[in-house]
Amino acid sequence: MSTATAERTRPAVFAPWDDPDATPLIEFRGVTKRFGDFTAIDDLTLDIYAKEFFALLGPSGCGKTTMMRMLAGFETPTEGSIHLSGQDIGRVPPNRRAVNMMFQNYALFPHLSVWENIAFGLKREGREKGEIDERVTEMLRLTRLEKFARRKPHQISGGQRQRVALARSLAKAPKLLLLDEPLGALDKKLREETQFELMDIQEKTGTTFVIVTHDQEEAMTVASRVAVMDEGRIVQVATPPVIYEQPASLYVADFIGDVTIIEGTARRAEGGYTVEWAEGQPPLRVRSGLDLAEGARCHVAIRPEKVEIHRNRVEDDNVLKGTVIDIGYLGNLSTYHVRLADGRVVKAQNFNTERDTRQPFTWEDEVWINWTAGCGVLLER
Amino acid sequence: MRRLAVIALPYLWLLALFLVPFVIVLKISLSDIAVAIPPYTPTLDLSEGWAGIRDFLSGLDFENFVFLTQDDLYWRAYLSSVWIAFVSTLITLAIGYPIAYGMARAAPEWRPTLLMLVILPFWTSFLIRVYAWIGILSSDGILNRVLMDLWIIDAPLQILNSTNAVYVGIVYTYLPFMVLPIYATLEKMDDALLEAAEDLGASRLGAFWLVTWPLSRGGVVAGCFLVFIPAIGEFVIPSLLGGSDTLMIGKVLWEEFFSNRDWPVASAVAIILLLILIVPIVLFQRNEQKQREREG
Repeated sequence: MSTATAERTRPAVFAPWDDPDATPLIEFRGVTKRFGDFTAIDDLTLDIYAKEFFALLGPSGCGKTTMMRMLAGFETPTEGSIHLSGQDIGRVPPNRRAVNMMFQNYALFPHLSVWENIAFGLKREGREKGEIDERVTEMLRLTRLEKFARRKPHQISGGQRQRVALARSLAKAPKLLLLDEPLGALDKKLREETQFELMDIQEKTGTTFVIVTHDQEEAMTVASRVAVMDEGRIVQVATPPVIYEQPASLYVADFIGDVTIIEGTARRAEGGYTVEWAEGQPPLRVRSGLDLAEGARCHVAIRPEKVEIHRNRVEDDNVLKGTVIDIGYLGNLSTYHVRLADGRVVKAQNFNTERDTRQPFTWEDEVWINWTAGCGVLLER
Repeated sequence: MRRLAVIALPYLWLLALFLVPFVIVLKISLSDIAVAIPPYTPTLDLSEGWAGIRDFLSGLDFENFVFLTQDDLYWRAYLSSVWIAFVSTLITLAIGYPIAYGMARAAPEWRPTLLMLVILPFWTSFLIRVYAWIGILSSDGILNRVLMDLWIIDAPLQILNSTNAVYVGIVYTYLPFMVLPIYATLEKMDDALLEAAEDLGASRLGAFWLVTWPLSRGGVVAGCFLVFIPAIGEFVIPSLLGGSDTLMIGKVLWEEFFSNRDWPVASAVAIILLLILIVPIVLFQRNEQKQREREG
């Protein structure tokens, strides 16, 4: 199992956020938004750079939609300011912003044809007819909708409607495109296809995309950076691999992907800590640069795919004995829930690399699980 | 068998309450006036068999319809009815649309109450409400007294017994029929559509004309027909509020029937009125059909 960290495996091709000279396209400066007593966004500061595909990820009610609506101009911040290319846009109405939005349920005009829907924004700019024709045709080609130009929205499929909405919001060539749960109405297979299509279109047009989603897989797939939100605050902003492999908090570790969390007491050791977590169990070894006091409460988060499962004891940094109590067979991999002697359950994943319908482990099997010190993540809270 | 019964029921209803009366009226319109009971001839005598039926059919003619074209009273009454109905419909739309719009934009918890307020007048008899307008509009009525007390006018306005009073009566009576269908279409509309229009560069007013108005057009057309169709044949309002100079076909029909006791001519007037109404009714049906297709 690889112990390489995210930075080493991922080549830094596009990372303006690491460049101190880069100027962000969008700057949130201490933005707070209150609705009556309720604080939807709490003193938020954030930079988004040009050509980024930025994802706002969080459970419903975390404030991600409010943030997007402030970018579109449907809400104004209670405190703080929002800048777009250096210009304060806090009070600029939505129809005067170089920002377009793709709405959650697409909000296509039902009385207009696909062509007219896409041309809507261009006509409002008072462009010439020839120019509009050209641009609409270009958008239809980009979204592969040429055949449906004359149809009304209710005469096309859900996937096609989604593409019309995208074409319509891209037609005016906005500096920033906002996507509010753009794939939420599609079924799983179509959603996965469309994710790659979205990335492709984003790359082709060079537009900055900000996507709002509650689907972590979607955010991880499409985004250059992900902001994980919770109760009006941003908990962590980072690239998908960093979010996954180096979560900043227990909340992020738990929200993104599958994880087993073990609470314990930290003891300094070479290259990191050992964590005492249960009577009669060996302390867990974790490599970490975190600065914790001797004897502090801490958590070890461990992803199931980093845990190996064996019938016999294997030499490793962390080796525990347990019983298989549950098996989740997913085809490409199997997840085993292993109960340790103290009753705690640790998840371990095995890739099914061989074509064998018989599983290597079954219920009530005595097994050994192990992982290296670099695989666990030490978290303070 | 059950299905047949379900289908048969509305057809029986139509047969008994529309088709049979219509055939009787049509038959009377083809008869001649007579001093008899019933006051027309010929009448069908089945006891004489085939000869009776032949006699009966040979007695029918289009004389009364020809008569309607000769006296200009009738076509002027038709024309004036259509005109009054048309103007009333426009006024009702101008008042009804903002009401429906306001209701649809009101907070959701207020909507049932507002809807109730629109329907509430139906709890009082239509006739009593029209009489109430006499009390308001007459020369010593509430409206004139208030205006005179406020020194806005020095002599009472002559509103009652004029065509203006008929407009007031029709607009007041049929307003709910305009408001309800428009409200139904506006209420269904997704607010995100307006946001989308604004997001794409339309002003608030632009969003209304480009999105709200076209999307509510089905309700507007339905409301207009629901006002226009009954207003053409309206009899009570012009006879109570309109004076002798208000010419409407409903009144002419009533006078032919009860004052002149000329049942055949009255029937002919009714048949022509029905033919005039068929056009807007068919258009109305087609609008409903299209509306359903658009939603389905």
